[in-house]
Amino acid sequence: MKPFRIILGLFCLLVAIWLVLPTLVIIPMSFNEKKSLAFPPSGFTWHWYENFFTNPDWSSSFFNSLRVAAIVAVTATIVGTLAALGLSRMKHAGAGILRAILITPMVVPGVVLAIGIYAVYLNYQLVGTTLGFVIAHTMLAVPFVLIAVSASLEVFDVRLETAAASLGANRLTTFRTITLPLILPGILSGLLFAFVTSFDEIIVALFITSPYLKTLPVQIYTSITRDADPTVTAVGTIIFLATSLIITGGLIIGSQRRR
Amino acid sequence: MTTSKTRERGAAIDIRNATKRYGSFTALDDVSLHIKPGEFMTLLGPSGSGKTTTLNVVAGFTDLTSGELSVGGESILGVPAHKRNIGVVFQHYALFPHMTVGKNVAYPLTLRGIEKGEREKRVRRALDMVKMADFAHRYPSELSGGQQQRVALARAIVFDPPLLLMDEPLGALDKKLREWLQLEIKRIHRELGTTFVYVTHDQEEALVLSDRIAVFNQGRIEQVGTGRELYDEPATLFVGKFIGESTTLRGNAETSGGETSLTVAGQRIVASNKLANGAKPVILLRPEKLSLAPGNKPQADSQNSLTGNISEAIYLGSGSKYQVTLRDGSVAIVRAPLEAQQFAIGDEVDLRWHISDCKLLADDERADLTLT
Ligand SMILES: Nc1ncnc2c1ncn2[C@@H]1O[C@H](COP(=O)(O)OP(=O)(O)OP(=O)(O)O)[C@@H](O)[C@H]1O
Ligand SMILES: [Mg+2]
Repeated sequence: MKPFRIILGLFCLLVAIWLVLPTLVIIPMSFNEKKSLAFPPSGFTWHWYENFFTNPDWSSSFFNSLRVAAIVAVTATIVGTLAALGLSRMKHAGAGILRAILITPMVVPGVVLAIGIYAVYLNYQLVGTTLGFVIAHTMLAVPFVLIAVSASLEVFDVRLETAAASLGANRLTTFRTITLPLILPGILSGLLFAFVTSFDEIIVALFITSPYLKTLPVQIYTSITRDADPTVTAVGTIIFLATSLIITGGLIIGSQRRR
Repeated sequence: MTTSKTRERGAAIDIRNATKRYGSFTALDDVSLHIKPGEFMTLLGPSGSGKTTTLNVVAGFTDLTSGELSVGGESILGVPAHKRNIGVVFQHYALFPHMTVGKNVAYPLTLRGIEKGEREKRVRRALDMVKMADFAHRYPSELSGGQQQRVALARAIVFDPPLLLMDEPLGALDKKLREWLQLEIKRIHRELGTTFVYVTHDQEEALVLSDRIAVFNQGRIEQVGTGRELYDEPATLFVGKFIGESTTLRGNAETSGGETSLTVAGQRIVASNKLANGAKPVILLRPEKLSLAPGNKPQADSQNSLTGNISEAIYLGSGSKYQVTLRDGSVAIVRAPLEAQQFAIGDEVDLRWHISDCKLLADDERADLTLT
């Protein structure tokens, strides 16, 4: 029994390392003195971080991504939450089909979507615009919100709404005071997913980008294909730390409000 | 608060010819029921008989297919649930899990725009009434089922509704707790003077609580009356069998010289009433109206007598309960006081009862099928 447990533990450790190592590799590389992506790195410098914050190519693309992702997080959360609410209240078989349709952007290969979007955008001058990015990314993010909110609606007891009505609450008040607070964890995790989906989306972005509007993933991709600029490792490290913080914070908040 | 004053707080309810259909299925079939102000009315019946449907119609959660409904003399058909000002207690408590007990109870008051000081006073009074004042800061998940239901009750009465509806509020609780809460509910009804409509499928609970009971069966009301009326004078076989213990005997009837008699297990017995022509008769007897005598002793003229053998004898402390198997195989249940003569299994006995206690009812197979 005992040796078996040790082997099992070692195996789990191995898998864990395998999963996080590629992410962790970029941290030492971001302090590499040489202007290359060679591994293992040598020397130590803050130069690439400095470059990220001072070079307008990097900082503007970073803020573009932040702006687009923030708007997408809001629009996708509103659309996805309303869709989840509507679907949860639909009784007939149509609900299943509608749900499947709403989820397709998640399963259709990104390139296929990208080509379609690009063709349409050319026609309507949406290429390289914030609006274009927001529309495309909202479409990609809605399924994540739908799934997250549907999961929390699944455990939400609709009979509480009946009880609220008997106590004198109209539909809107019931939603505001009962339904919304109880499905809020689902909505917030949907919001987070929507933000992340937009923030690191690359395939569609590559198609609809323009020299005037680049998002961070596009900037990373072009810089790495052009001149192997180690700034990407600094960017990667910053994003990695930021997302870790957000997720940890989310988990802490989530565990505190659960009662 | 004087009794006459508190009584005015209750609203009368008038349900007239209420019918509710789901597709081709009729859940409520021409139900009419009048409930007096301040009355404790229980809707009693087996599963699926339409009790919850009736309650939901009054609460405004379900629409009627046809019929009339008024509360306090005013028709409320078409008034949405949130404007009806009717308290509802659910079997599943339905407390809001993200609010403390205090917030839950304050919820209807907040909706009505009642200012903080008054709100707190009324929340405390309602929680006092259900003996939950010490729990105001707890969350529902930190309470037992019985405590949750008491909070739900406080929340439903805190806004002083003229009518309180309860749908099997004690259904999920164990027997001891249920019996205690029944008495609590009775006390609260007395103190408030509100009209209570209570749904249960437990006939004992109905007898403990109610001023009057409406017995439901298959979407219809079979009989409305006090517990005593339903027990002593059931209008139908279904009511007779649903309320309390009973023995039913069947046989061929004949009427001669104004007297209806029945042949049961080869012996003739006399009934005190007669049935409308064509109906098949059945006799319903209560266990405490029956007595036992050693076999083949002569009986009084005013008594009926049937011969049988004791097939089960149970000592109950307060008395004894016997099963008597008659010659035709039917089984009678008899309750005998301790001072009566005791019998053992196998003894031949005469089963006796007064002719005046021998009422004929119309036979009805549904009465057996729908018993739970
Ligand atoms: N939404 C609905 N659609 C179709 N049939 C329904 C619906 N609601 C209730 N019914 C039917 O109406 C009948 C009466 O239901 P109701 O809930 O009033 O029964 P009940 O007397 O409360 O029973 P129980 O003691 O089991 O709660 C049942 O046969 C039920 O199946
Ligand atoms: Mg019911």
